[in-house]
Amino acid sequence: MTDDDTPRVQGSFYPRRRDDWHPPALAPQYRSSTLRAPRRALISIPQSWGEITGPVFGQNMLGELDNDLLRNFARPGESPIGERIIVHGRVLDQNARPVPGVLVEIWQANAGGRYRHRKDGYTAPLDPNFAGLGRTITDAEGRYEFRTIRPGPYPWPNGPNDWRPSHIHFSLFGSGFAQRLVTQMYFEGDPLIERCPIVNTIPDPAAVDMLVARLDMNASLPMDALAWRFDIVLRGRRSTWFENRPEGN
Amino acid sequence: MANEPDYLDETPSQTAGPYIHIGTVPNFLGIEGVYAEDLGARMIDDQTRGERITITGRVLDGVGAPLRDAIVEIWQPDAAGLFPSPEERRGTADPHFAGWGRSACDLDTGLFRFETIRPGRVPLPDGRLQAPHVNFWIAARGVNVALHTRMYFPDEEAANAEDPILARLMAEGRGDTLVAKKAEGGFHFEIRLQGHGETVFFDL
Repeated sequence: MTDDDTPRVQGSFYPRRRDDWHPPALAPQYRSSTLRAPRRALISIPQSWGEITGPVFGQNMLGELDNDLLRNFARPGESPIGERIIVHGRVLDQNARPVPGVLVEIWQANAGGRYRHRKDGYTAPLDPNFAGLGRTITDAEGRYEFRTIRPGPYPWPNGPNDWRPSHIHFSLFGSGFAQRLVTQMYFEGDPLIERCPIVNTIPDPAAVDMLVARLDMNASLPMDALAWRFDIVLRGRRSTWFENRPEGN
Repeated sequence: MANEPDYLDETPSQTAGPYIHIGTVPNFLGIEGVYAEDLGARMIDDQTRGERITITGRVLDGVGAPLRDAIVEIWQPDAAGLFPSPEERRGTADPHFAGWGRSACDLDTGLFRFETIRPGRVPLPDGRLQAPHVNFWIAARGVNVALHTRMYFPDEEAANAEDPILARLMAEGRGDTLVAKKAEGGFHFEIRLQGHGETVFFDL
């Protein structure tokens, strides 16, 4: 027993780099942002319990196939059309510490670039064996893994001939509500990445690079599936000695 | 440089796009059989302590049209002001209260809806009490970084008047954008992304 056994808890989150790292709210080359971007500056407020706490999700809520998009919608004995892939990585915070217990939810188009959504009218057909959604919770080392097919690129109404690169949408919960993050993962080598107006809402190429998964031959399954590695960094937080309020000493 | 701080950069945000429902509320969308139920659909049960309320609302764009492809999440304390989270150190929250809810905006009307309870008060780091409020988070196509705001209650005049954050915004003429309207069975909260009466959004 140390002379001070006050529990060490996590404190407030580091500020987000909104000016030069995250995309700005208004990015006219991405047309949908023009009527949906707040025009007033965001207001900074102190982080209190409502911001540093967040919901928790237990492994017991997961179904056996939740992270297996090859099987979680397919008819028995069948599987979706497309390149079989593994998408895996670690969720870390800005202090380079793994973040366990993070709910990771993903959604994606099928191999032809079509989403199972009533608002998607693209010509490419639905795949009767693919829904395009999955979820998992990071383990003690912050690791997650999905099995899926590589989504196809698809055209979308923005500029005269805009195409989305192959991508997978990610939604993550950290340990606090202020850590909540939604982003997209791209595939190394895709020539559509640099042409994408949504990718290009991000001002810094180094930030875009964080969204580009790398081919990971060591994690691939011979004669079965290629693997792609995508690590995700959530906001870091200060450590503080707990007294009776979030910001101790 | 030996003493250079070496923090990692946060993964940058990207818009949720128009198809966020697939990954977050598949049953709402009609994709059944993958998840037993949509997460965040139930916040309370028969034994939850506190006053039952329904919160409805819409998210409006710069020309006043409701977003019909947004996902709204809320995070709030229980009736005693405690959060059901392992990070909560002030006590133990009501085990019958989830604290977190998720609602898709209706694909036709744009209405979101939460069945919850009226939250208790929570102190700021300096100890001053905030008025009861519900934290909101909004993700949608055209929103590059999901937005944080909060909803206050119109019938909490005394608490609202001493809430340091709301009082400051009231003094700047923007506080009213965070106060819901009374509605049948609860409250209605309109979130304006842009233009006249633009809702205050926070950089947490």
